[in-house]
Amino acid sequence: MEYEIVIGMEIHVELGTQTKIFCACPTEFGAEENTHTCPVCLGMPGVLPVLNEKVVEYATRTGLALNCEIAHYSKMDRKNYFYPDLPKAYQTSQFDLPICTGGVVEIDVDGVTKEIGITRIHIEEDAGKLLHESSEGTLVDVNRCGVPLVEIVTEPDMRSAEEAKIFAEKVRNILEYTGVSDCKMQEGSMRFDVNLSMREKGSLVLGTRTEMKNLNSFRALVRAVHYESKRQILELKKGHRIIQETRKWDDTKGTSSALRSKEEAHDYRYFPEPDLVPIIIEEDYIAKIKANLPELPEAKKRRYIKEYKLPEYDAGVLTATGILATFFEDAVAVYNEPKQISNWLMVEIPPLLKEKELAMENISITPVQLVELLKLVKNNTISGTSGKEVLKVMFDTGKNPGDIVKEQGLAQMSDTVELEAIIEKIVAANPKSVEDIGSGSDKAYGFLTGQVMKATKGQANPQVANEIIRAVVAKHLG
Amino acid sequence: MELNQKTIHEINDLLKKKEVTVTEVTQSVINRIDGVEGSTDAYLRLQSEEALNLARIVDEKLKARKKISPLEGIPYGLKDNLCTQGILTTCASKMLYNFNPPYNAHVYNLLIEEGGILLGKTNMDEFAMGSSTENSAYKVTKNPWDLNKVPGGSSGGSAVAVASDTAFFTLGSDTGGSIRQPASFCGVVGMKPTYGLVSRYGLVAFASSLDQIGPFTKDVEDCALVLNAIVGHDEKDSTSLNIEKKDYTKNLKQGVKGLKIGVAQAFFGEGLQPEVRKSLEDAIAVYKAMGAEIVDVSFQYLDYALSAYYLISSAEASSNLARYDGIRYGFRAEEYDGLVDLYRKTRSQGFGEEVKRRIMLGTHALSSGYYDAYYKKAMQVRTLIKDDFDQVFKGCDVLLTPTSPTTAFGIGEKTNNPLEMYLTDIYTVPVNIAGIPGISIPCGLDQVGMPIGMQLLGPVLSEKTILKAAWAFENETNYKNLKAPLGREV
Repeated sequence: MEYEIVIGMEIHVELGTQTKIFCACPTEFGAEENTHTCPVCLGMPGVLPVLNEKVVEYATRTGLALNCEIAHYSKMDRKNYFYPDLPKAYQTSQFDLPICTGGVVEIDVDGVTKEIGITRIHIEEDAGKLLHESSEGTLVDVNRCGVPLVEIVTEPDMRSAEEAKIFAEKVRNILEYTGVSDCKMQEGSMRFDVNLSMREKGSLVLGTRTEMKNLNSFRALVRAVHYESKRQILELKKGHRIIQETRKWDDTKGTSSALRSKEEAHDYRYFPEPDLVPIIIEEDYIAKIKANLPELPEAKKRRYIKEYKLPEYDAGVLTATGILATFFEDAVAVYNEPKQISNWLMVEIPPLLKEKELAMENISITPVQLVELLKLVKNNTISGTSGKEVLKVMFDTGKNPGDIVKEQGLAQMSDTVELEAIIEKIVAANPKSVEDIGSGSDKAYGFLTGQVMKATKGQANPQVANEIIRAVVAKHLG
Repeated sequence: MELNQKTIHEINDLLKKKEVTVTEVTQSVINRIDGVEGSTDAYLRLQSEEALNLARIVDEKLKARKKISPLEGIPYGLKDNLCTQGILTTCASKMLYNFNPPYNAHVYNLLIEEGGILLGKTNMDEFAMGSSTENSAYKVTKNPWDLNKVPGGSSGGSAVAVASDTAFFTLGSDTGGSIRQPASFCGVVGMKPTYGLVSRYGLVAFASSLDQIGPFTKDVEDCALVLNAIVGHDEKDSTSLNIEKKDYTKNLKQGVKGLKIGVAQAFFGEGLQPEVRKSLEDAIAVYKAMGAEIVDVSFQYLDYALSAYYLISSAEASSNLARYDGIRYGFRAEEYDGLVDLYRKTRSQGFGEEVKRRIMLGTHALSSGYYDAYYKKAMQVRTLIKDDFDQVFKGCDVLLTPTSPTTAFGIGEKTNNPLEMYLTDIYTVPVNIAGIPGISIPCGLDQVGMPIGMQLLGPVLSEKTILKAAWAFENETNYKNLKAPLGREV
């Protein structure tokens, strides 16, 4: 029997607001333990939450970017459970009336467009962190308590690990564009839960699903889906039933294990949060946010193809992150050579970033600096090869390319008189090569060009040098 | 008459005329506390030294100026579920035996600004759950009219402090009658304002959608003065109403001529003590004589109020009290084996019986499979009761009811029968469910000399009308001058 994987996802995204969802504590990542706290996020007796308006705005933006309906009336609810990282012993979340419902995200799978349904998006607060490694036992860090989150819940519309990955990347891309989150996976700003079941291919009935929690990278997502689908197929082939349960993915071991069964599942005893008033959103508020929504990746890609005549591949790569797209657009704005810019952004810059372990948002050069460099290459002031060297120095020092070229004497020799004199000497010193060319072997041209480049420390414009070599050799032969 | 026996407005007059000092006033209250606190146990914590120091500071300030605000230099008490920075706030629970809040309740800040003088924190039922103040983990407060009887609850200490002249006013909290019922039992004025009128920030939550802070005073005019100080929007409380401030003393003495006073049979049902009924009938006659119009009104769903109240309040409490887990502050069991055992032992040992009963009830009411039958149904009833009151107030300006079906009962009399205890709140809980304001004022004594209270209710934000009706009655009759016999025999 041929099986089909059915995947639905829950994506938790930390919103990039300055302050927490119910108090004025900063949300900044990486602070010293328990320094971003106050009586409200510590859940002390008698304190009350006040909903951060920015959270509503960001959630609305998220919903609109994922083509959702925005609820005119939604409310917060309490999700009750005991855990030391949850000071109030309830998470303030949304239960039956979330802020966004019914969206859709288009993904490209092998050139075919596919729609992934968004069931709902709701607002909630993040929990703290437990630090188990301490010699004093387990300690609690409350800094993350009350950092605002949206939870994006999809329909079971994905059919492979690849689709799940493409979808997750697409969502990250859109959210990053929309400016609601930095989506930094390594800081836990974006986390995935995967609901997965298997069924006979072609069947319309859903199988029993398992839920895998807290996948913190795209790689973990793909590996977890592979592992879990194989595990379920194996179970089914043995004639076993799949048990509905929550499973925990261990990224180091590459395996998952059962955390709790459906019977052991928490009863969260949701009920409306009496300390907060309902969230009422007017139509013109939504319209205003919609109007201010940035151009989203799909639209941007289409525009790049049309406006800059870029190949679809280039347009896809450049729009894959908002940061890259912005860099590209800033460069094009001052230098109308989209393809040249695209080539350098796609080919030359990524290895340098990788070498320095930098993310694109931390790049040390500006679009204007890159353009200055590209102009030097374009007008043959320096060769492409030198250009790459200069780029490296720019990365290291942040200096302007013009200055680097001057300092290192990299300007190309396009001055034919000076070049002619050098080439004249080289040709004269290599009669054997002239002889070879005379007897029909063109290989010697390469040797001569090499000698010229060596003599000029790479500053000769190869094209110009080549022409002169040919002329001088011809003269010698003639 | 000793200074401590006077009202706020009387003291304010004397201070204005410079006939007394704040220090003398404060000392007079402290003397009284020294004399009777040993019998009443109204306070959990006193800070007489601090109060006297503050009194001297206020006296210095007053020397230099003519103007004096109404609560300036007035000694008062706070229920122990109102957070006071630097002063333990225990909610009369072992769970918070050592809890020293790093912040003040919003109302406490307001009273500090007004220049009031905090005497101490008053006893209560643990976490405000109870109707007799017998559920305190620390002491049983006695009714100053008869030390063998309960003062009512949960704000029993606050009621007793005012009734025994050991404070000019106190603040309590009222979730289902916790101000009005003890006010009634102790023969003082107690008011629960409209939900959202007074900020709940720093009030340790029992049932968030029902809790409201309010004053205990010796007369209605004082009640209006305290309201003036504590009412107001607070951005720290999302449920706090953002409305223009009113002067509750204005038009207070206008009289009730033409006022429509509703009387509903639903409040005169089974279990009503005959003397309470008689007192209410007398009150109706008094109002009639003053020119008010008495109208019959009726309710459809009031019978379900008590059940709905215990489901909603317990459900919210089960969640609100879940944070007392022994991890970060307060009580932690000494010996435990792992996290779950830490939770279990801490909560088993830290909470009293009644609190545990309500947590269990509330947890059950919210459980999957029971939610629809209990919590959801209770919330639907809540809407119906609100509608009921809306209808009733189309036909009258205020509603007159008994505050509690009986006068104060004996200490220990109902502790083994929670349901009977719950029934003492039958006339007060619908008010919290509807979120409307209500006041209890004295309206007589029963055969054994215990105070009877009557309740005046009005639609949302009708405090001024209620106070006007209450003032008219109070000044037409002589009940406010009846004092607890406590200490007279000494």
